[in-house]
Amino acid sequence: MNVRLYVWQRGTAALMAVLVPIHIAIIFYATRQQLTAADILSRTHGSVVWASYYGLFVAAASIHAAIGVRNILTEWSPLADRVAGWCAAFFGGVLALLGFHAVIALVLT
Amino acid sequence: MSGPQQELSVSLWRGGQDGRYENYTVPRRESQTVLDVVTYVQRHLDPTLSYRFACRVGVCGSCAMTVNGKPRWTCRTHVAKVAGKGRLEIGPLENLPVIKDLATDMAEFFQKWQRAKGVFAPSQTRHDPIAQIRPNTPARMAADAAIECINCGVCYAGCDTVRWNFEYLGPAALTRAWTLVNDQRDAGNRERLQAVAANGGCHSCHSHQSCQELCPQTLNPTAAIAGLKRRAAAAYLKGEIKI
Amino acid sequence: MERRGSALWIAAMIHRISGLALAIFLPVHFFVLGLSFHGGAGLDSFLRWTDQPLVKLAEGGLVFLLTVHLLGGLRVLVIENMNWRDGQKQLATLAATAAAVVAFVFLVRVF
Repeated sequence: MNVRLYVWQRGTAALMAVLVPIHIAIIFYATRQQLTAADILSRTHGSVVWASYYGLFVAAASIHAAIGVRNILTEWSPLADRVAGWCAAFFGGVLALLGFHAVIALVLT
Repeated sequence: MSGPQQELSVSLWRGGQDGRYENYTVPRRESQTVLDVVTYVQRHLDPTLSYRFACRVGVCGSCAMTVNGKPRWTCRTHVAKVAGKGRLEIGPLENLPVIKDLATDMAEFFQKWQRAKGVFAPSQTRHDPIAQIRPNTPARMAADAAIECINCGVCYAGCDTVRWNFEYLGPAALTRAWTLVNDQRDAGNRERLQAVAANGGCHSCHSHQSCQELCPQTLNPTAAIAGLKRRAAAAYLKGEIKI
Repeated sequence: MERRGSALWIAAMIHRISGLALAIFLPVHFFVLGLSFHGGAGLDSFLRWTDQPLVKLAEGGLVFLLTVHLLGGLRVLVIENMNWRDGQKQLATLAATAAAVVAFVFLVRVF
């Protein structure tokens, strides 16, 4: 862990400290209201707001999780730092890909 | 003190890194410290036992060992406080190579001190007027709160991150770096922040706070390291240091 | 080692383990959502699947993991960016309890 990774990890953490409670509130609301697929998708279709919110969330989570995983790999596994870095970056990339795919599907369906 | 003599069952680490615990029985005495116990074994039971001590009164930090799983100063640890069931397990400090028995090789501990640039870099000469240092400025108070480290190694032995990350500079070295960052006379802060911002520097600390809980001088390395994190991050964001 | 039982050490471990668990869960979560958002029928059948009690229980577990990880992260951010405060052990215990409460409330609402 160095200052560059630290700044990115703490920065995305601070951002998600705001985004996560909003997400939890959304889930609480959606499950309470027992929203159906049609309900959800009609609200999110073509929405710049939803795309921005969840797009930002996916980006932040991918970066944050990747750096966290890198820490665990360097400290708890026998992998060398460079290898751990590549594994973590790959993981972050996969997360971002899957996440943006889900966001696109959410607003374009 | 009269009455039947009680006994203490003691396990001491013998050998090098691949040693083993050996058992001894030691008479229990009033106000006995763990260092008294180790000394008794070496003087009366086994003269080949190796261990370190110096002042015996809690000001030098030489006698630090692992006592029932926790790194402590043995001269300041009363047996009555730690040998609950009449049993004591004493080993060398962790996270350091064992030389023999209860003595560890502290070279890396001090090398990391140097790597963290925990060394004063003068900005003036003897020909300049003496620096005026006000004791109640925030910087000086921060430095004073962290300055009384006597390099005993207890925090280093107790740190999980030291154990998991061989590059990690450790709480003592970083705390010293923090005191120098706050020293208005010091001229080496760019190099110092560069050193603590690198891999294995202050940002590797996870704030478990074992160091703060264990420090016999009641220093707070977690807080010092938090200060370093802020300073190094600010310097990085301003482009003053690079990774 | 004796000090491993300290409240703050446990807090740090819970923070790490919950992060790891979330890191394992997230790709699955994104993948499943990506599939089920393609057309309302897919999402509807997914939502029906999530009606099962075991799934709801798992979701409660996730809410706990997310909340406890968030609170643990706040602990770190506070230590690193604000003045030192005592009484952290109590705060850490309180945070874990709060996370459990949030998860419990979620479970009550979905069951």
